Amino acid sequence: MSTILETRGLTYVYGAGTPFERVALDHVDLRIEKGEILGVIGHTGSGKSTLIQHFNGLLKPSAGEVLLDGRSIWDEKGKCARETRFRVGLVFQYPEYQLFEETIARDIAFGPSNMGLPQEEIDARVRESMRAVGLDEKLAGQSPFALSGGQKRRVAIAGVIAMRPDVLVLDEPTAGLDPAGRDEILELVKQYHDTSGATVLIVSHSMEDIARLADRLLVMDHSRVLFCDTPREVFAHAEEIIAAGLDIPMITKVMRELARRGLAVDTSVFTVPQALDAIRAAKKGGAR
Amino acid sequence: MLKDITIGQFFPGNSAVHRLDPRVKIVLTIAFIIALFLAAGPVSYAVILVFLAAIIGISGISPRLVVRGLRPILFIILFTAVLNLFYTPGDYIWQWGWLHISKQGIAVAFFMVLRLMLLIIATSMLTYTTSPIQLTDGLERLLGPLKRLRVPVHELSMMMSIALRFIPTLIEETEKIIAAQKARGADFDSGNILQRAKALVPILVPLFISAFRRADELATAMECRLYRGDVGRTRMKQLKIERLDVCASVLCTVVIAAVIVLGRFGL
Repeated sequence: MSTILETRGLTYVYGAGTPFERVALDHVDLRIEKGEILGVIGHTGSGKSTLIQHFNGLLKPSAGEVLLDGRSIWDEKGKCARETRFRVGLVFQYPEYQLFEETIARDIAFGPSNMGLPQEEIDARVRESMRAVGLDEKLAGQSPFALSGGQKRRVAIAGVIAMRPDVLVLDEPTAGLDPAGRDEILELVKQYHDTSGATVLIVSHSMEDIARLADRLLVMDHSRVLFCDTPREVFAHAEEIIAAGLDIPMITKVMRELARRGLAVDTSVFTVPQALDAIRAAKKGGAR
Repeated sequence: MLKDITIGQFFPGNSAVHRLDPRVKIVLTIAFIIALFLAAGPVSYAVILVFLAAIIGISGISPRLVVRGLRPILFIILFTAVLNLFYTPGDYIWQWGWLHISKQGIAVAFFMVLRLMLLIIATSMLTYTTSPIQLTDGLERLLGPLKRLRVPVHELSMMMSIALRFIPTLIEETEKIIAAQKARGADFDSGNILQRAKALVPILVPLFISAFRRADELATAMECRLYRGDVGRTRMKQLKIERLDVCASVLCTVVIAAVIVLGRFGL
């Protein structure tokens, strides 16, 4: 795999030079591989939202670099190419509040038309991304404000997908949704990843949601990277994660409790099937 | 960017200035402004300057912050200075075509700028040290007598509190929406005036929708807590005139009287 996004010594200070000065990112070194799903976790104020706004150049680093395909997104004149915004698509928290157009189709078309694409291409992309988020094409001419909250969110996500970004970044895409809506959105993200081959970053503070989906987990704590590894490796460090104020998946907790009570199981599992395998393996080992 | 605006902001604290009754503060600020316009010479300005500096000192608000609060009106100050400098007739010390500078012009320009700055600083000190809730509470009580004339004083002050309360919220909201539209490639910095105005639509529509939504939610929340307007409403925090307020009033009255007397003699 090759690296698509990379940060080197990325540091960001809010309100520099005022009494409200606060370091939001502290020397973050990070490599994001092409085509992976990276889960970004951390409690409120750990710097995760600040981090993702650096990936498309919305925020300018106080120090350090952000590299897209090995090239810094900020040129010598201190400007960030508009291209970057289209290559790294960012879906904010509660994205449904940014809808503004009269029809769903026109709202989704906002990104592609900012890219200066021809009209046929825009129309094709609108249809394609509506399909990708599971919206009925018949809705295209309707007002987005008539939809339900969950459907509005799909429109907003489609608006970013329509730019066909190489990297799709979603900030808490499931916030405020009911369990069914949450699973649907995560499923849709997974499907989009599998069909488009794009790199996907999902920010969340729910371990449960993200552990199942992500190839790797990035755990943020106090403006720094605590871990950046596969879920198994990360959950093997359960103590440190709990110390950082984060939860571990329920099944991992169960396995840890079993281990504490004397059953020699692997405590780094994070899904139920994995747990079953681990228990079977432990029992076989014990019988021998 | 938007967060840099300090005018009308409140900086919490527990100084004597903060603890004063808001009614007293409002009345004294108005009296101070009147005195400011009656001041006529260097001595009276010096008295005012020292007095205001003392208030800033007691309040514990950083003088740098107070000066920074002047920035938004810098243009008005400069404009006033230039007009007074070039258009005051008197003993000309410099002339070029229809432009001229007189001795009197320099004096007028200098005192006008000083007066404007002191005016802004004094009113800023009121808002810096008084929470919006206290401020509107004080105003409501002061304007209370107007209720007899069927002026909806309570409703107006409630509207003002709500408006003040939502300014920071809406600023934050605007910043979020701007970031979100930028992420979709929106461009706010180029093109002609018409294109730039059009570029604001993706910000304004979501902002208005969110403002209406918040208004609706707030109205529901207020009704759930049985808000019925003014009649029969009691307060958790009763405004009471304390010793501190009496002392402050006496002190201010003395200073203002001194300024008026000094002004009479043209000092």
